[in-house]
Amino acid sequence: MTTLTLNSLQKTYANGTHAVRGIDLEIFDGELTVFVGPSGCGKSTLLRMIAGLEEITSGDLMLDGSRINDVEPAHRDVAMVFQNYALYPHMTVRRNMSYALQNRKVPKAEIDRRVVEAARILQLDELLERKPAQLSGGQRQRVAMGRAIVREPKLFLFDEPLSNLDAQLRAQMRVDIRKLQRQLRVTSIFVTHDQIEAMTVGDRLAVLNNGELEQIGTPMEVYSKPASEFVASFIGSPRINIVSGEVKAGTLHVDGFELPGFSQISDQPVKVGIRPEDFVLESTAKMSLQIDLVEELGSDELLYCVSPTGLDYRIRRPGGSGHKVGENITVSVISEKLHLFSSQSGKRLN
Amino acid sequence: MKVLWVRYQLLNHLLLILGVAFLALPLWMVFASSTHDPATIIRDGMQLGLSDQFFETYLGVLTEKKGFTEQVTASMMMINSMILGVGFAVGKIIVSMTAAYAIVYFRFPLGTLLFWIIFTTLLLPLEVRIIPSYKVVADLGMLNSYSGLIIPLIASATGTFYFRQFFRSVPDELLEAAKLDGAGAWKFFIDILLPLSRTMMAALFIIMFVVGWNQYLWPLLMTTDESYSTIVLGIKSVMQTIDGNRLPEYNRGFALAILALIPPVLIVILFQRWFIKGLLESDK
Ligand SMILES: Nc1ncnc2c1ncn2[C@@H]1O[C@H](COP(=O)(O)OP(=O)(O)O)[C@@H](O)[C@H]1O
Ligand SMILES: [Mg+2]
Repeated sequence: MTTLTLNSLQKTYANGTHAVRGIDLEIFDGELTVFVGPSGCGKSTLLRMIAGLEEITSGDLMLDGSRINDVEPAHRDVAMVFQNYALYPHMTVRRNMSYALQNRKVPKAEIDRRVVEAARILQLDELLERKPAQLSGGQRQRVAMGRAIVREPKLFLFDEPLSNLDAQLRAQMRVDIRKLQRQLRVTSIFVTHDQIEAMTVGDRLAVLNNGELEQIGTPMEVYSKPASEFVASFIGSPRINIVSGEVKAGTLHVDGFELPGFSQISDQPVKVGIRPEDFVLESTAKMSLQIDLVEELGSDELLYCVSPTGLDYRIRRPGGSGHKVGENITVSVISEKLHLFSSQSGKRLN
Repeated sequence: MKVLWVRYQLLNHLLLILGVAFLALPLWMVFASSTHDPATIIRDGMQLGLSDQFFETYLGVLTEKKGFTEQVTASMMMINSMILGVGFAVGKIIVSMTAAYAIVYFRFPLGTLLFWIIFTTLLLPLEVRIIPSYKVVADLGMLNSYSGLIIPLIASATGTFYFRQFFRSVPDELLEAAKLDGAGAWKFFIDILLPLSRTMMAALFIIMFVVGWNQYLWPLLMTTDESYSTIVLGIKSVMQTIDGNRLPEYNRGFALAILALIPPVLIVILFQRWFIKGLLESDK
């Protein structure tokens, strides 16, 4: 059983950068939690604080109920996979993997057993006597994973482990990491700035922005009920449409249209989020748009449209529908599918 | 086109051959002269051709006891020089590597200042501080000893600087990975930095060995006992042996010069191959 609890964790760097601004989070046993957010939002800092590589300015870090703020990295029982893998260049794959165990005085036979086992899982059997320079990017990545696996740690930490791979390999490794984590059931934290990677890999996503936690939830929760305008526009590709509107007496006024049914929201200016796939094309609908550009993606197509008031909308439709540039379409949206955010705080209202 | 190219090649080679001749000829003359007897050299000057005294001269300098005190052979002097050269180079590498390790990997007060102080000592060559250095070593009773010959010379600003630059180029993640792998400061140094520095160490060893081997002033001051005399000093003392009406033994001087040349040349050739191999395989 491993549970990691973060209690209002903060980090201020020596130069005054307030990189992590009070994060409360619980990581459950056997889960893979993804820290996702734009570059510079403090993901790596947070991960490195958990690993013990960065001092914690304030707050508590609890591993299985005991506070580990001041425990040495080596004694935290966490293993980390670095973005550039950080393999020891002069050591063979075998030594790279066994080094940590040797330092922990694990008996030789046990080291061999674990290395062989990890090599089998990661298909590194043939490569054990090679040096990192003689490996491809994907192979190095697997060695870095192997180095973490043999330790049999309580916690796996991955800092953008796939960002140095080409797109195809990245997609493959994503699946492999997911399967491996399911198989080993090691509690893991995976950092990425790529929202697609985050959605596909994680049991839960922690969306970070500017050193703060915006939302934590399963990929579907985060996608279908984003807690803030930031989360809505960060998660999902193609991006969500965000337009300004206003709620007056329970009716939403947006881009010249009126939608009733928002009586639970007090009168205020709002931001309205509409996912591109949530538009319904109907001849009887009220909203008339002109198609500006059609992007064919094969299975899907993306229509870039303009409303009479000059606002842009992205609409996603099944592929091969034969829409032409310049064509007028009429669309509607089910009001349950709309995401309403406060204009001031950006927080979700509905 | 083709003719032009051939001419171009010819010209290049001619230039190269000239350059080699320019560098090698004096060396050859020294070697050739060392195989003649002293009378010929004094009468006819440096020789271009070989004579028949090679074995006599070289065996003589290597085995006969010579010098002012008639106590040392060239082989003993070679051994002394070897001890000085290796001790000097190894000492410098150890000291500068550990100093650089401290400067790069440990935050301590005034670390940067200390580094720059070390660095500015580059501006003070041995000759400038030779009297105080001598005084210190003499007071410590280290005159006429190998440790006295070597230890005062092994602090190296150059070496510290090179190692500092090298350590700074090693990715931080390597240190962090080692931390997570349970390697402390000492283990990180021994298991990771040291093997990664092999190329640097070979390069410094070449340079420092040659510098140490060629030391003249310091051994001259430090050693009054000729059994600590180095080969570079020996050349001088052979030339100075004018006891009674004997001629200066130029042939032996030249032979010593040739002998003094061999180990540094061998070191360069040997370590250069290793050095280049290291460069090709290097992967930080
Ligand atoms: N060692 C450091 N010293 C000062 N500021 C830092 C340091 N490392 C990161 N930062 C700053 O902290 C913020 C968060 O960085 P980081 O955690 O690396 O972001 P991410 O991994 O999400 O891209 C950034 O503004 C970055 O410039
Ligand atoms: Mg990062």
